[in-house]
Amino acid sequence: MSKIHVSTTVNGDAVEYLCDPRETLLDCLRDKLSLTGAKEGCGTGDCGACSVTLDGRLVCSCLVLGVEAEGKEIGTVEGIAEGDVLHPLQQKFIDYAALQCGICTPGILVAAKALLEQNPDPTEEEVRFWLAGNLCRCTGYDKIIRAVMDTAKDMREAV
Amino acid sequence: MALDDLKTKDFAFVGTRPNRPDGLDKVTGRAKFGADAYAPGMLHGAILRSPHAHARILRIDTSKAEALKDVKAVVTRADFSDKVEFAPGLEGEFWNVLENVMAGDKALYDGHAVAAVAATSALAARDALKLIEVEYEILPHVTDVDKAMLADAPVIREGAADYSVPAGMHPNVVRMHESGHGDVAAGFAEADLVIEDHFTTEATHQGYIEPHACLATLGMDGKGELWCCTQGHWIVQKTCAALLGIETANLRVTASEIGGGFGGKTTVFIEPVALALSRKANKPVKLVMSRSEVFRATGPTASASMDIKIGMKKDGTLTAAEGIFRLQGGAFPGGPAEFTAMCAFAPYSLSNVRQVGYDVMTNRPKQAAYRAPGSPMAAFAVESVIDELCNQLGLDPIEVRLKNASREGTKASYGPRFQQIGLVQTLEAAKAHPHLSAPLKPGQGRGISCGFWFNHGGETSVSLALSEDGSAQVMVGTPDIGGSRASMALMAAEVLGIPYENIRVTIADTATLGYNDVSHGSRVTYASGLATIKAARHAVEKLCERAAKKWGIPVDAVKWENGCAVPSGPNAGDFDPLPLADITANMGQTGGPISGHFEATPEGAGVSFATHIVDAEVDPETGKTRVVRYTVIQDAGKAIHPTYVEGQYQGGAAQGIGWALNEEYIYGEDGRLQNSVFLDYRIPVASDLPMIDTVIVEVPNPGHPFGVRGVGETSICPPLAAIANAVSAAAGVRMRNLPMSPPRILSALKADG
Repeated sequence: MSKIHVSTTVNGDAVEYLCDPRETLLDCLRDKLSLTGAKEGCGTGDCGACSVTLDGRLVCSCLVLGVEAEGKEIGTVEGIAEGDVLHPLQQKFIDYAALQCGICTPGILVAAKALLEQNPDPTEEEVRFWLAGNLCRCTGYDKIIRAVMDTAKDMREAV
Repeated sequence: MALDDLKTKDFAFVGTRPNRPDGLDKVTGRAKFGADAYAPGMLHGAILRSPHAHARILRIDTSKAEALKDVKAVVTRADFSDKVEFAPGLEGEFWNVLENVMAGDKALYDGHAVAAVAATSALAARDALKLIEVEYEILPHVTDVDKAMLADAPVIREGAADYSVPAGMHPNVVRMHESGHGDVAAGFAEADLVIEDHFTTEATHQGYIEPHACLATLGMDGKGELWCCTQGHWIVQKTCAALLGIETANLRVTASEIGGGFGGKTTVFIEPVALALSRKANKPVKLVMSRSEVFRATGPTASASMDIKIGMKKDGTLTAAEGIFRLQGGAFPGGPAEFTAMCAFAPYSLSNVRQVGYDVMTNRPKQAAYRAPGSPMAAFAVESVIDELCNQLGLDPIEVRLKNASREGTKASYGPRFQQIGLVQTLEAAKAHPHLSAPLKPGQGRGISCGFWFNHGGETSVSLALSEDGSAQVMVGTPDIGGSRASMALMAAEVLGIPYENIRVTIADTATLGYNDVSHGSRVTYASGLATIKAARHAVEKLCERAAKKWGIPVDAVKWENGCAVPSGPNAGDFDPLPLADITANMGQTGGPISGHFEATPEGAGVSFATHIVDAEVDPETGKTRVVRYTVIQDAGKAIHPTYVEGQYQGGAAQGIGWALNEEYIYGEDGRLQNSVFLDYRIPVASDLPMIDTVIVEVPNPGHPFGVRGVGETSICPPLAAIANAVSAAAGVRMRNLPMSPPRILSALKADG
């Protein structure tokens, strides 16, 4: 099967790749662009470990085809920090030990950042339901929820 | 120098909460997990799996797959070592593993590997699988533990039972354990109330978010390199070498960052297959499981069928306890029947106790360890009966547990006498906790439970090397599965007296250290921690020797204090403290590099107890249960990094909530797994759970230099029972079967009228 040429933007950089029409955006990010921050935990859109943004919208990259990225803007965990300055969520996750093994962390950070961009003052329940699509098996979510809530508070106070 | 004293207070570093050393890697996507490795010229592997629960493999034709241009190798069982001999029972564990990673004569469960392909792309490999023809003769199957013990059950493997199984039992019963003491019949006769009941739990999966993944290279020279996500790379090295018929030392295994394991990554599944493909193709092969493969073909925990009988006096004194535990461990020996039986009554001081465990084979995937294997099921059954006894006798559940609690000197239900243990302290902390006296709303119930786990030592080897600038690198052999690098650095900092930030902890590969047991048994902070402390003390001895030499005084006149060599007393001489970095700066000229090393199989892993308090709310219309409040109280011995200890407590509780309320392997009549994706096998999500409160009790373990007990596993022992007790109270009906899913609750409510 012949491959399709895709031009897209990832974390602000213009990139190109050739992909099989059956390959997912997650496959392309990982195998063609060496952006292995997004993880495949399920391949069926249930675990959220592959979360990225597509034109600003939070998606599971395992449910998007690589060819669908044509002309779009993709955001991944690798683009969350500004140069050598961590995003407040990243720092807070370290401070709060909001990760144990860390495999779900990239997806949760991408998802939590998307939440705070549209709702800077979420309730605990809103954070829990927003992150319900991101499975974590290690933490019981307690420290994750606290880290997101506390980051939101810091970011509101910094404005 | 009194270096071997037990230190339990006045810590400078231990007990603080610094950021983990690998934090930046893990929040930026930089950390490399199993599937994140690539090699030049790498092929992609894929595995063909049996769609049948039990079938004889009559013929495998791989010719059409091999004819594809993109396919570079196809392997079947014939491509593995023929030197791995079959031996009945548990003696043949290498053979069991080989049989599990690639089926021999028979496919033993839905998902059992039968062939594998390496191709130039993952898609090409998957396409090629469709061209492999397998002719099966379908055989009768059994997936239920009780049915597998019946006389007419199909036999999974004749001759698999070991010496412990009495004559006349079904061949699927492969091991029996019996232990206890006293006279249970006499004990029951003394009781004012005896309750006997039956309980079941379903198989659940560890549910780590990272599927198994590896990158294997094995050349014609018999030398190999393997990168994989594992809880222990030495066992991977040893097992793969045996299965491939190469020498252990010729295979170097490097552990990737690991995306969760919980016991499920303590053995091999795809690694020998990837190596066999690589040897045949003479190229590196990457093999990554799909989620469905993880559910179908890697080890869930055992399901259990249990009979419990306990006698109690009106004042709450336990007079006798008896339990029969049947554990289904899939198509191989190894179900944790012994652990289940041995843990069951461990929290209680009993004059009369007897426990029997049966390890039973069925047509299901080979079970693997899951966090305190066996203990949560046993606690569910036992603590449910104790709860019911308290209810019927009108007794306080905490007071009854305190009255009967195991203490220092108690003869444990499984044999030995307990040393210093912290069960009473967890119960006292529960009694004092505001959760226990908080009012409940209508429709809510409160449950408590105790839990127990042995904890483990295991082979451990650690090296510590000092740098000229006074920083230290620590090499440990236990994969960091939840922040253990931070704990190791804290313990090394405590001994060396240098800043935490100046210590880098690395998980060494198999070529760098001697054999290290797996990151399991809650052993890492205990055993690797102990070895890190002793390796650091070894380095300190050498530092003191250099100072003694410089000062011209005997080495026993030098002691180590706050990161400096100092004279041990006024008679030793008057010298300014000599900081570590001043000694290492010119160590090349004063005797050579300074390293510390320690290796042993430490035997002093202190056992651990916990008490959990849960409030649950049951909706009688839908049968849905919500956990509204949860408190974990557990003895950590000494919490090296309290935040990560809390994390272990919270994680264990959350997994227990899933097991109690929702998770289960569901098999159809055809013996096929019905729910092999996360949508259908639903682990707790953020909106399912409340905050999980934690209380760290610290009763030092005399077997660790700083008093550490492992904490990882005990946290999953009480939740099943505590939640069942809370749900039973809320619903007004005793729940005897897990999971307490909405249909089960509705039918229990209906049966109760």
